[in-house]
Formats: sequence, C-alpha cells, structure tokens
Amino acid sequence: MLKFWKKKPAETAPPAPAAGQPATEVVHDLDAAGLEREPLGEALAETPAPADTAAEHERFRAPPPAEPARRGWRERLSGSAFARGLSALFVRHPKLDDELLDELETTLITADVGVEASTALVEGLRKRMHKREFADAGALLAALRQELVAQLGPVQRPLDISGHRPFVVLTVGINGVGKTTTIGKLARRWRDEGRQVILAAGDTFRAAAVEQLKTWGARNQVPVIAQGQDADAASVIFDALQAARSRGADVLVADTAGRLHTQGGLMDELSKIARVLKKLDPEAPHEVLMVIDGTTGQNAVSQVRQFRQIVGVTGLVVTKLDGTAKGGVVFALAREFGLPIRFVGLGEQATDLRAFDAEAYVDGLLPAGLGGHD
Amino acid sequence: MFESLSQRLSATVNRLRGRGRLTEENIRESLREVRIALLEADVALPVVQALVERVKARAVGQEVLKSLTPGQALVKVVSDELTALMGTVNTELNLAATPPAVVLMAGLQGAGKTTTVAKLARFLTERKKKKVMVVSCDVYRPAAIEQLRTLAGQVGVKFFPSEAGQDPVEIARNAVAAARREVVDVLLVDTAGRLHVDAAMMAEIKALHAAIAPVETLFVVDSMTGQDAANTAKAFSEALPLTGVVLTKTDGDARGGAALSVRYVTGRPIKFLGAGEKTDALEPFHPDRVAQRILGMGDVLSLVEEVERKVDQEKAQKLAEKVIKGKRFDLNDMRDQLEQMTNMGGLAGLMDKLPGVSSLPDSVKSKVNDGEIKRMIAIIQSMTRKERRHPDLLNGSRRARVARGSGTQPADVNRLLKQYMQMEKMMSKLSKGGSKGLLRQMRGAMRGMGGMGGGLPPMR
Repeated sequence: MLKFWKKKPAETAPPAPAAGQPATEVVHDLDAAGLEREPLGEALAETPAPADTAAEHERFRAPPPAEPARRGWRERLSGSAFARGLSALFVRHPKLDDELLDELETTLITADVGVEASTALVEGLRKRMHKREFADAGALLAALRQELVAQLGPVQRPLDISGHRPFVVLTVGINGVGKTTTIGKLARRWRDEGRQVILAAGDTFRAAAVEQLKTWGARNQVPVIAQGQDADAASVIFDALQAARSRGADVLVADTAGRLHTQGGLMDELSKIARVLKKLDPEAPHEVLMVIDGTTGQNAVSQVRQFRQIVGVTGLVVTKLDGTAKGGVVFALAREFGLPIRFVGLGEQATDLRAFDAEAYVDGLLPAGLGGHD
Repeated sequence: MFESLSQRLSATVNRLRGRGRLTEENIRESLREVRIALLEADVALPVVQALVERVKARAVGQEVLKSLTPGQALVKVVSDELTALMGTVNTELNLAATPPAVVLMAGLQGAGKTTTVAKLARFLTERKKKKVMVVSCDVYRPAAIEQLRTLAGQVGVKFFPSEAGQDPVEIARNAVAAARREVVDVLLVDTAGRLHVDAAMMAEIKALHAAIAPVETLFVVDSMTGQDAANTAKAFSEALPLTGVVLTKTDGDARGGAALSVRYVTGRPIKFLGAGEKTDALEPFHPDRVAQRILGMGDVLSLVEEVERKVDQEKAQKLAEKVIKGKRFDLNDMRDQLEQMTNMGGLAGLMDKLPGVSSLPDSVKSKVNDGEIKRMIAIIQSMTRKERRHPDLLNGSRRARVARGSGTQPADVNRLLKQYMQMEKMMSKLSKGGSKGLLRQMRGAMRGMGGMGGGLPPMR
C-alpha cells in the first residue's frame, strides 16, 4: 500500500462515518481541504501533509535524485513501511545472494511490473552482483530503486494548463476506472489554484453519471454543463466548450462514458468528440487524459494502445493506488508509450489526487511486497 | 490477449511433442514457461506457484514419464489442473430460502457491482421468472442510488428507495422488511465499492451481512485486475462468507488471469460473467470453457484429432501388418509416411491451425515449410527401386549419385538414411513386441521423425 501518500493514518480518516449525512460529507471534504491546501503543490516528494504523524512525515523525506544510492537507506527511511519491509528482508537475507534476487523478482511480479520486465531487471542486477559491484544488499536495492526511478523519470511531466484558454481536457478510459471521480478531484484542484473550471457531463450513457458529475460540481462550486441522459456526448461537450469560451473559463474538463477498448463503435464515438471539438478550436482537446485503474494488470497496455490510437491520449492518471495494488504496469506503459503520467488517485476525497512523482511511486512499489508474499 | 497465453503454452507443447522421451530437465523448462505464461495472463503469483507445484508433482511421477506420449501427457496434466482449479460445471445461484432470498454484492470501486445488480435482476426476472427487488446501500458515491433507480426502471424490477443520508444497515433492514411485505422472491442488495484495506468500510459490510443474512454473497471482480486480485479476494473472503464470484468486463481482451486467482483464493465458484454494456449481457459461467480458452488448448486438441483422422488408416494398417510379419521397413514405407504428412495440408496448413502461430515473427514462420519433407521424398525417389528396398546397398558413390539426382547434398542423403535407420530400428523392435498398441506406437515413430528434420515442428 502506498501508505505514505495518504494524508492521514487510516484510523483517523475513515472515508466517511457509517451514518454520514451528505451535508457532513461535504463539510468533511472542506475540512480535509483546509488541512491540505498548502501542500497541494506539485512536488509530492517534498510535501508531506501536515496531518501526517511524525513517523509518516519522516519516511517521506526523499533524497535529491542525484545521490540516492549513497545515503543510508535504513537511516533515511527508518520507521516507514518501506523500511519495515526492507528490514524484514535484511533479517532474512542479510547477504547478497540469489535468494535475495528471487525475492525482489517476486516483489516486482506481484506489483504487476510484468514477468519479462521483472526478470530483465533482476537479471541485470544479478550480473552486476556477480561482478561484485554491490557492497551489500542495501547497495543492490539502491541500484534497483535507481533503475526503476530512471524508467519512470521521463514520464513524470506535470500537466501545464496555462497554455490555452479555455484549456480543454478530455477524460477517457474503460468502465469503472474512476473517470468521474478523477474529474471531481481535478475540478477541486484547479479551483483551489484559483482557476475558473467548467465541467462537461459527457457520460450520457451510464445511468446517473450526469447526476454524479453534478454532485461533484456542486461540492466544488464548479458549473457543470449537461443535457441529460442519452444526449449526444459530442454535442454536450461541444456546447460546454462554447459555454466555457463565452464565460472566459480557464479549464474545461469533459467526462466521457467508460468504454472497453475492444468496442469499436463506442471508440469511434470518442474520435467523433475530438473531431467536433476541433471545429471550435483546432487545437482542442489540449489534453486527452486517460484514466487507468491501478489494480489493472497487463491489460492496461492493450487499453492504452487502443485509446491512444483512436483519440491520441496525451496523459495518464493512475487511480485506486490507496489499496494494496501497486500499478506496476506503469513501467510497461512508460516503456511502450512514454506517455506522461500526470496524476495518481489515492482515495475518495476531493483532495486525494496528487501529481505523479516517480521516486515516491517507486518507494511505494518496493516495500509492501517485500515480506508480504512468501 | 488469450492468444498470447495460448501461444506460449502451445509453443511449449509443440517442443515437448517433438521429443520421444521427456527428461526432468525439459519438464522443468516447460513448467517454467507455463509459469511465465500464467503470470503474463495476470494470474496471481501465489496461485501460479501452487498450480505449478501440483503439475510438477504429477509430471515427474509415473504418469507422464512412462507415458507413450510424454509431451501430450504433460499438457494433459496442465490442462487437468487448470480445469480442476476453475471447477467443472456451472454453479447456479442458490435461492432456496424462505422468500425473500437476499443476495448481497461486494467488491472494490468500479468493479461493476451496480451494473451487475441490474443485469442479475433482469436475468432472474426473465429467465428464472422471479419477482425481484433491488436496493442500493451505496450512500457514499455521488448519484450511486440514482444510478440503480434508473437501471431498475430500465429492467423493470422493484426499486426500494434509499437516500444518501441513511445508514446502510438500516436501509438494508428496511428493504428486507419491504421485500417480505411485498412478497418478493429475490432481494438484490447493492453496496458501495470499498477497498479491502479500509477497516471502517469492511466493518460496515460485515454489519450489513449480519443484519440481513443473505443466502448469496457475491464478490464482484473486474476481469482485468492484475496481481492484486489475490489480495483483494483474500481480504473479502476473510471478512465475508462469500458464496460466489461475478467476473465483470469479460468482453475486453484481458487474459482473465484474475478469474483463476479469485477462484483459487476464495475457493468459491464463479457464477456469472458480465460481458457487455447492455443489461442482458450477463452469462452463467462455464468453467471448463474458460479454462480451455485461457489455455488455448481447444484448438491444439482438435488439431490433434484432425491429424489422427486424416492419417491414411489403410496404409498404416498395411505397414503394421508388414512389420508384424517380420518384413523389413524400407525406404518405400518411409516415403509413404512422408507423403501422408503432406496430405494433411502440409506443415504450413497445420501450423495455421495452431493458436498463436499467426503472431509469430515471419523469420520463424519461414523456417517452417514443407521443403524439408519434399526434399526427403525427392531423395528417396532418386533412388533405384532396388536401393529403396535394400538401403544397405547405398554406398558412397550411390549416395553421391542420389544427391545429384535430387539436387541435394550428400550430407542430406546421409541425414535421411540416418533417420531411416532409426525408424527401421524402432520398427524391428515393434515386430518383436507384437501387434498390441502398434498403431499408436507408429504414430510415435512418425513424431520422432518429424522432430528430427531440421526446423520441422513436431507432429503427433
């Protein structure tokens, strides 16, 4: 679990009390936001949430990328989940040996990194180990971490929405990955940055999807342009872009219905949306944000391939990383497509969306698996 | 995507078929490949390890090594174990309870619970002629209740209204009471998606379960889930007495390893598959079919059957008789066998029927052609009749002549003769062994030969 990304320890932040009123829920959100507002900056690595416990605060101090291998891992991460995982590993494998490598391979595979990639990584380490490049197990792990961070470094490119006005973001993805929730969180994020946001309820297919987006809009005091169930998605989003222009909005975030990448007809509908938008603004959509469920396995590659082909995806959001899934498939995605990963979703609250940070991500990937699987 | 898994497995299978004998070494190698294939299909690692262990235990035992066709036997073991893992027959919903029979849905966010409730409601109404009521206990996600209300309207079932402010347990209790009052057969209870690590939410669904005592507790899981499927399934099955699993989004191209993981971890049958956007896209799950789909074995097995059908039984019988009578297996017989191979549509034709072959790189495909067999036949035909009956006559200069005549190199002729000699040796052994199981063994001989020709894919 990517625990250190959570803004609070789990016990103090149940998602909502069982008897939660809708009204209190909103208040709850705002409370969280009050605590959260300052650290919502981009650099996740340097922004431990104020609500963090001291221990969690501690574990989050990532080193400057230049010198990760030298500084003592244990020292830096003592008390963290990562450190616990590592120390468990050290206890079992204090020495550099093949068993340690096997365990690392297991960790990578169970994180959905993929067999081929995991094996390649571990074999690389094995070679270097035989050349006696590593002084101890810690050095080996540091090397692995460095390599993983290096793979994700190129895709850590934050979304800059200041280039156009209105900046049009089209959100796509398969069913149930969290598109609408992500839009709600994005709206909150950009509104908090003082931008004027408009949402377009382009999911006209799923029952009550429009309602869901409207609720998010109301929570964040952001206008939602909608026509209702079964309207033409392209026309809703077209209208929304017109509205966004006339109101001088900074950002338009358009929702679309979830669709499996294997459904040709529905995929064509997406390209139609993009086409129609170009009539108003030849450069729109400025960002096609594809949402990927972090629990997805190797199929994510196929999903991105299809969506990219049809609507030219320009950025990714990986959601649901607050569970035990580690979303290791992003390595495969980074390698194959090199699309920037803009955000990660870490919970159900409006503020649980963070800019992607390769180092923090890798630290979350490595620890929990170690010791967790036998 | 299923392709990729089956491609890997069938490649392994083919290699094994090419061998007359299996050693522990090549069994281990094959199992390694099976392991990789399963992992790439997103089957959870612990499940893969357990499965491979079981296969290994059986494979190094008598069953496979002593079999006449060890490769095939190993494949069978893998396929058996997969099928055993998946279960064999469809398990229906158990609604045998004093009405209303309550069905509780549980799962992660975005797994497809609400959609599944609607599909299930329609399924039970239309196919099972049940009177169905649905209720949503999702007071968290915006408009989740609205979504179920709309869907209930679409499929024409009763909807028990609830509101975001209410307590989920209270909603469920009231719904059960209402269902009883209105004499409904089945009450489907939708719940909020929850993470298994979220203690408060897991406690809530436990309380919900205790309050309404459902006859069925279905775990809804996305078929595209990766390694995490095992963790999630474990946590849910520990928290709730699950009775079944619903696998959703199976109309995508995921390899569906999650099905295996969840089934293994929970030990509960997968009862339904969600396979589309429409409310009628829910199918009862037939495990045997899916196991075959995952393995891609269906095609390979039917190919084997086809080969058996097309072998010229008459000629085979004649040869068998000849061998039994103690007559010598000569080059004419060998040519007959080679011709039979080409009769089956040639290797290229056979290859096409193998799953996954189409995605092989061309460089690999081009190596597999019928040229080798044709060349072998040409060599035999360049011999005199006497030479064909008495291959011992073929000395150096005769071999050189045959090579020139068939447009090959003397080395090719030598290789053919070497293969002939091996076959001949086998045949003479057979003639001593009697006729029992002869046909089967002959097939073995053919396979052995196929494996020897450079680059030929093994034939059965």
